[in-house]
Amino acid sequence: MLLQQLVNGVTLGAVYTLLALSFSIVMGILGILNLAIAELFMIGGYLGFAVITANLPLPVAVAAGMAGAAAISAIIEKIGYEPLRDAPLVTPMLSTLGFSIILQNIATNVWGSDPLQLPDEFLGGRITFGSVSIGELQLIVIGVTTALVAMMAYIVQRTSMGRALRAVAENRDVARLLGVSGSRITLTAFMMSGALAGAAGVLIAIHYAAITPYVGVEIGLKAIAVMVIGGTSRIWGALLAGPLIGIAEVLTVAYGGSQIRDFVVYGFMIVILLFRPQGLLGGRGTDQGQRV
Amino acid sequence: MSTYTASLLADVGILTLGALSVYIILATGQLSLGNAGFMAIGAYLTSYLTVIAGVPLTSALLIAAILSGMIGVVIGFPALRLKGIFLAMATLGFGEMVRSLFLNLDITGGAGGFHGMAHVSVTYVWIWVGLILLLVWLMESSRVWLEMRAVADDETAANLIGLNTTMTKIGAFGMSAAVAAVSGGLFAHHHVYIEPGNFGFERSIDFVLAVILGGSTIGAGSLVGAALLVLLPEQLRALDDWRPAAFGALLILVLLIRRQGILDRTLLRRIIPHKQTA
Amino acid sequence: MSKPLLQLSDVTKSFGGIKALSGLSCEVRQGQIVGVIGPNGAGKTTLFNVITGAYRANSGHVYLDQQPITHWRPYRIARAGAVRTFQNIRLFSSMTVWEHLLVAQPGQGSLWRRALPTNWADGAAIARAEEILEFFGLEDVRHQSARSLSYGTQRKLEMARAITASPRMLLLDEPVAGMNHGEAEDIRPLMLRLRDGGLTILLIEHDMSFVMNLCDYLYVLDFGVLIAKGLPGEIQADPIVMDAYLGKEA
Repeated sequence: MLLQQLVNGVTLGAVYTLLALSFSIVMGILGILNLAIAELFMIGGYLGFAVITANLPLPVAVAAGMAGAAAISAIIEKIGYEPLRDAPLVTPMLSTLGFSIILQNIATNVWGSDPLQLPDEFLGGRITFGSVSIGELQLIVIGVTTALVAMMAYIVQRTSMGRALRAVAENRDVARLLGVSGSRITLTAFMMSGALAGAAGVLIAIHYAAITPYVGVEIGLKAIAVMVIGGTSRIWGALLAGPLIGIAEVLTVAYGGSQIRDFVVYGFMIVILLFRPQGLLGGRGTDQGQRV
Repeated sequence: MSTYTASLLADVGILTLGALSVYIILATGQLSLGNAGFMAIGAYLTSYLTVIAGVPLTSALLIAAILSGMIGVVIGFPALRLKGIFLAMATLGFGEMVRSLFLNLDITGGAGGFHGMAHVSVTYVWIWVGLILLLVWLMESSRVWLEMRAVADDETAANLIGLNTTMTKIGAFGMSAAVAAVSGGLFAHHHVYIEPGNFGFERSIDFVLAVILGGSTIGAGSLVGAALLVLLPEQLRALDDWRPAAFGALLILVLLIRRQGILDRTLLRRIIPHKQTA
Repeated sequence: MSKPLLQLSDVTKSFGGIKALSGLSCEVRQGQIVGVIGPNGAGKTTLFNVITGAYRANSGHVYLDQQPITHWRPYRIARAGAVRTFQNIRLFSSMTVWEHLLVAQPGQGSLWRRALPTNWADGAAIARAEEILEFFGLEDVRHQSARSLSYGTQRKLEMARAITASPRMLLLDEPVAGMNHGEAEDIRPLMLRLRDGGLTILLIEHDMSFVMNLCDYLYVLDFGVLIAKGLPGEIQADPIVMDAYLGKEA
């Protein structure tokens, strides 16, 4: 039974990892908390859902979720972030909050507040290893996540785009002096984070075989905790903390009841904020996130 | 006055207090996304006192406010270590934790909620709102308020000219928690039924919305914001389905073109016939 | 022979591998105007930061009126009588001139007086603010926001704000930097009057002529080390000091 819970936890954790990365990108490069990510996650899920129920293959669904969320993210960047770039950080954060409110409202009006279920035949089979079984869908979730994280790591570490992102994360003014266009990087960061959030949304829809407009607030916000726990600007942090929190959450629900699950997750986050603000994998040093 | 209108006005008052609780913390430059947590503490504590312990409402509200204030002070200490976004995240976590706590507290009904409170009139609600608005108004002209603004403007400089910014920030947390608790207690006794879902992230956001929209540089702005959030949708019934989106859009608009919100001192001076400037 | 108001004893401050201050010892007597000069990067502002508690010395001691303040928090040191201004002006962006003159006043003990509207409850603070407003000639801009003031006026306001905190020693970090000659000459008599009223002043400044005609005593820093000290006349003629400055230009 325990092993089964671990498997479930890892699957949930994969989604957390993607979302935490999504938050991380914007946080690490721009220093703000993009609250709209939780709803981009949700919208991505609905887009993917629409594609799946149209009988199109899964990769198309994931791509649709990513593209849609990235596009909306670009809009948010242009309207809600660019003009407020020089304001105190709390201001653009509140602006993203405004967008998240709008996005959720749109979703409830377009798709209704009730959960939408994926058709049964979509659910696929389970593969059994002894006492543990893992659904094909869960494998897909883990697989896609791994691929996306690897892609992210590659982009950030090996490409010139990644170098530019890291440069801006270090010091925006110096980066500009060196010819790196701050505004193009910002747009890229927003879109990348949107794409990851959208992908995560499709994956969570697959994992639960359902989607609701509230998945952003219920699950998306907890990814902030995952980001903090793993280390605000560390890819490895998100990779570790995602499954960690996913497992912790699943275990809490299994042995303690679903009611205290949020208490545990956020409690963990607050403990980290207070005693090890750089996160579990954040290395030594001051609180605010360092390099990407 | 119809019951419906009375209920609306009561909600305006209750939201005003919630918004004021965020306003107080905002004055020191900190943002709290978890004040619904203190509202919950106030709501449940007050209700427990009146329903189970038989304490009269006014005393219960005072006790809840003081206890909540103390909790706020306790929360304030670790909060000192966190700045800006990190503090916002921590307060978000705090709010969620409180909600989760009450989901599990059987003594106050858990997920099933708590009821049995006696209903209070809208007049009673507004007596409290009026008193607290008055207190805030008085404080805004005081040196303590200047100290709070100094912390918001430049905490380091404030320290170096002799202000104990730690005390200021913790005091603000305490006051904020107390005011939010009163908001919760009044909510509980006006709606006579409460459940943890009433005090989630969305509620904390409502507080923040009301302050930012109504006016974040003056206490009366919270009243304007609360009125806007509660009464405007009544006027624009057609918008009902799109109410949240409308306010989201309004928030973005305000941040872009009038960051201080609708009401500020300059506007107030123009509305109120010639106030004396000392 | 009066005891010094401020005394530093073998103070060292390092950042990572860099020694910003090295074994620094100096003192300031009551009623003096003492200047700290030296080339850029010599550690002068670090010195101020250590005295006022913004930085903690790695070793050595700082005494304010014989009290060891080395490990005190900044606001406590300010309350004890050492208040500073800043090289890059740090005024409160949302406040008016008048508000600046109220916020820093002492009286931290009486919460009631501070929590009630100042106009009714704290006549003493208002009177004091008026006094200082007039002293610095800021009456005309009393209700202007600090942001909108001219540069020279902002510097005056910073000094005025520090004075409202009732310091025994004022630490001025480049009080006339960026000012034209006329504005700087406005500041000089103010400082002399403050000194005559019993205030001790420690100042950092680059403007040599300003320093020479004002200070009773000078300390010269270079690379965090005290390389010379003495009367202005002596310092002007000191070849070591000349070297330090000229060496930098070479």
